Amino acid sequence: MKRVYVNEEWCLGCHLCEYNCAFANSGESDMVKALKGKTLYPRIHVEGDEQITYAVSCRHCADPLCVRSCISGALHLEEGAVCISRDKCVGCLTCVLVCPYGAIAPGPDGAALKCELCLSNGRGEPACAAGCPNRAIVYEERGEESR
Amino acid sequence: MSGINYIYPDFEVVRRDERCIRCRVCERQCANEVHRFDPERDMLISDESKCVNCQRCVSLCPTRALKIVRSDCRLRENANWDGDTIREIYKQAASGGVLLSSMGNPKPLPVYWDKLLINASQVTNPSIDPLREPMETRVFLGKKPEKLTRDENGKLRTDLTPQLELSLPVMFSAMSYGSISYNAHASLARAATELGTYYNTGEGGLHEDFYRYGPHTIVQVASGRFGVHEDFLEAGAAIEIKMGQGAKPGIGGHLPGAKVGPDVSRTRMIPEGSDAISPAPHHDIYSIEDLRQLVWSLKEATEHRKPVIVKVAAVHNIAAIASGIARSGADIIAIDGFRGGTGAAPTRIRDHVGIPIELALASVDQRLRDEGIRNNVSLVVGGSIRSSADVVKAVALGADACYIATAAVLALGCHLCRTCQTGKCNWGIATQQPELARRLNPDIGAERLTNLMTAWKREIMELMGGMGINSIEALRGNRLMLRGVGLNDAELRILGISHAGE
Amino acid sequence: MKKYVIIGGSIAGVSCVEGIRSIDPEGEITVITSEAHSNYGRPLISYYLEGKTDLVRMSWRGADFFERNGVTVLHEVSVTKLDPEGQKLTLSTGAALPYDEVCLCTGSYPFSPKFEGLEPVEKRFFFTTLADALALEKAVDRLTKVLIIGAGFIGLKCAEGLRDRAGSVTVCDLAKHAMSANLDADCAPILEKHLEANGLRLMLGDTVVRFEGQRAVMQSGKIVDFDVLVIAIGTRPNSALAAQAGAKVNRGILVDEAMRTSLPGVFAAGDCTESMDISAGEPGLLAVLPNASLQGRCAGVNMAGGSDTFRKGIKMNSIGFFGLHIMSAGTYTEPVYTEITEQGCKKLFARDGVLTGFILLGDVHRAGIYTSLIREKTPLDSIRFDEVKLDPSLLPFGRSYRAKKLGGAV
Repeated sequence: MKRVYVNEEWCLGCHLCEYNCAFANSGESDMVKALKGKTLYPRIHVEGDEQITYAVSCRHCADPLCVRSCISGALHLEEGAVCISRDKCVGCLTCVLVCPYGAIAPGPDGAALKCELCLSNGRGEPACAAGCPNRAIVYEERGEESR
Repeated sequence: MSGINYIYPDFEVVRRDERCIRCRVCERQCANEVHRFDPERDMLISDESKCVNCQRCVSLCPTRALKIVRSDCRLRENANWDGDTIREIYKQAASGGVLLSSMGNPKPLPVYWDKLLINASQVTNPSIDPLREPMETRVFLGKKPEKLTRDENGKLRTDLTPQLELSLPVMFSAMSYGSISYNAHASLARAATELGTYYNTGEGGLHEDFYRYGPHTIVQVASGRFGVHEDFLEAGAAIEIKMGQGAKPGIGGHLPGAKVGPDVSRTRMIPEGSDAISPAPHHDIYSIEDLRQLVWSLKEATEHRKPVIVKVAAVHNIAAIASGIARSGADIIAIDGFRGGTGAAPTRIRDHVGIPIELALASVDQRLRDEGIRNNVSLVVGGSIRSSADVVKAVALGADACYIATAAVLALGCHLCRTCQTGKCNWGIATQQPELARRLNPDIGAERLTNLMTAWKREIMELMGGMGINSIEALRGNRLMLRGVGLNDAELRILGISHAGE
Repeated sequence: MKKYVIIGGSIAGVSCVEGIRSIDPEGEITVITSEAHSNYGRPLISYYLEGKTDLVRMSWRGADFFERNGVTVLHEVSVTKLDPEGQKLTLSTGAALPYDEVCLCTGSYPFSPKFEGLEPVEKRFFFTTLADALALEKAVDRLTKVLIIGAGFIGLKCAEGLRDRAGSVTVCDLAKHAMSANLDADCAPILEKHLEANGLRLMLGDTVVRFEGQRAVMQSGKIVDFDVLVIAIGTRPNSALAAQAGAKVNRGILVDEAMRTSLPGVFAAGDCTESMDISAGEPGLLAVLPNASLQGRCAGVNMAGGSDTFRKGIKMNSIGFFGLHIMSAGTYTEPVYTEITEQGCKKLFARDGVLTGFILLGDVHRAGIYTSLIREKTPLDSIRFDEVKLDPSLLPFGRSYRAKKLGGAV
């Protein structure tokens, strides 16, 4: 399955992925309208220090601990992608407690927000990868590790 | 800085606040620290005095909130004393220093390419459709035999001296590792390999990671001899002796110590942090005979398996100089015109020394023909080859191939801000700072270079087809395919072409 | 075709179905539950009272889960006898049910001490099932005075769920601090202040000694008038059925890492079990939902002839009260990092060079990185722990770890 992969060697630390993500999932067609003056709730975040930067988003684990641990059943798998039914989520953040990558965080309403690979927001491909100026984030098929 | 030393910034940052979402990408991306976020006012502010108009912020601003415009704060200039001239006076009066700049001569001197027009077939000698007919853009660089010869059995002799095979008549010219980044070199090396052409190490040695691209590498030996050793000479497909370069004919080079980090130091074989100064002359070359010694030394060192290129800047007596080089044993002469030069150079040298490549090429080609030694050497020309049309015109004027550098770095993202000398290239090209160098992903760089050359190759084939020529070799020196416009008799005579309409 | 029986229809039971079906799409599966409801996460019941979810959305794996998986569900039926030799169950209906593999997902039951005068208290409830929540919903109105005994997470979640429905909510606990099983004396006061600021009345270090009608007489001598009583003192594993059948039972049903009990063909998963807590290095009750899910699935896979293990069991809990998030995990051994502010706290515990537990209150961002350190037993000297303890991120794990995790499939 296609996943979002990050190669920190090429990450500029520009944080554009965060903005592209928040915009892609805003439901707005204009980035300024979507983001200006608003708190950003991206589903990808850039970590790092002065020398190293890289983006982290959901790895869409083959056997996701978050899906197993979700108390409401909001987190679920859709053809390999870990998705969230936000109307079911009660905001307990057990997913935050178990995600080994720190890739899930609460949204403005308290319910968890996570990368869903832009599968259902009309983008067609993850906005973080499409907008990465240096191909540090790519969306592609790579060999699945045997578990 | 204020008062008499104050110079109003060249550029202004225009930020449309209604579009700015405070993402601070501009702030993070500007190595010159033009942009700064002020949390108290919740806005981004600009220090325009630091802006070099490299357009990095403009290109990455996700909401198109930014543009950089030329300042309209005018000095009291006139036709004689233009703004730049006045500002340069101010700068020198303040600093007492030699002015430095880069990326070639920006002065409005004639660009002869733009005064040359290409022929096309009509009615007779029909044009060729490159989509239907085979087209040959391949060229071989090196000494060619005067005539076909056969051995005692009547078989054709094919034991030529070493040749470079190019899939199209364009190569990437010398830019050293040190002056440009590791990733820029990686991009050039990979693209040259994929395209079936060559890139050039410049006088910076060859990083060990790039030895594997050796079959598509021209290794350069210049006056500082930086990075030259046996393996280096062996690694390349050809060896280039740099006598001069278009950006700064008559002077040497200077890589500031700040750019000499561990990798550059190892590659150049000089101490870390030390300035790499290439002398103006080769201290062992004072004559064509001396040059011949170096050419043959290099050939001996590599067992005559590699062609040797001698690169010179286009200067006044270029035809005579080329004639000498053609007799020195060199296989290829590279001539660099006065508009060329991707590196840093003293402004006065850059802008006032040398001659246009078009005139140099025409006179060299003619001189070598007149002397019957044209086949001794191939001719490669550089110095602001900007398009496939320039390539076609150069070949028609007598070049075997062209060298491009500025066009190549433009493909890599260069925005011609002309501040390479600062080492803070925001596009990751002319820098050794790791956090800046990584802005150029060689996957993207190599792909864009390959795209550019592929596009040029298609255009070259189209132009050739229009002329009814199906092999680039048949175009070489075919000056009947060119006409001049707006040129005087001297120019037409030197170029060896007729005026349009004739 | 194999006959599988799962006793219990909550998370362990549903996960057990998933485990079986991942291997065996054909086998006959029967789920037996004493409850009227199944396939819901028990921790949701307080959110139900709070109005953050409803009966439809509470369905853990979707309303059609059992149907989709070809499972027969017997609601409000209990198992009275387990016969491991005869491989059959006796049901409360009197029927006998043969099986090839059985999994006990019987969960836990609420524990209640014998308070004097408790029997006559009419409106008293536990708070562990959806039925409890539905009954409480009916019993409580805007004037109701609620008394909750137990300030653990069940009692406090119940209190949070009822705050806006009831007239007043009082929570008492014999322990000096709220959530004494999860928080220590440094962290608990921050929570207590927050709960009180949000309208709960806390009576800590104090509990009921006897009931006099609708009055609770406290140890301190104080009197608490109440309309509705909720007993949330704790739960115990439901292990009686297994014990009667001769399975090894300690506090819970003992299981190995394949979720096998000591009886052949009998598995157990979830709150009813006692299994290895890798943070403590000894078996314990790991009665939290994520473990029930992981164990249930593991049991199901093994029941169907596959091979799976549950080897990374630790206690872990994420809970929030009125917007204040609390996370805790593992075993509190030796404190190696403490950070206490007005708004929250962080405590990390380690032993023998590995992280064994943590408490986070307030800022819980990327807490899973700590959890992962415990579960993976990552040697702390293999990462830059000085940075991780301040701010959990992947940076201190080093480039090669990130290249593998962010550049490969996981």
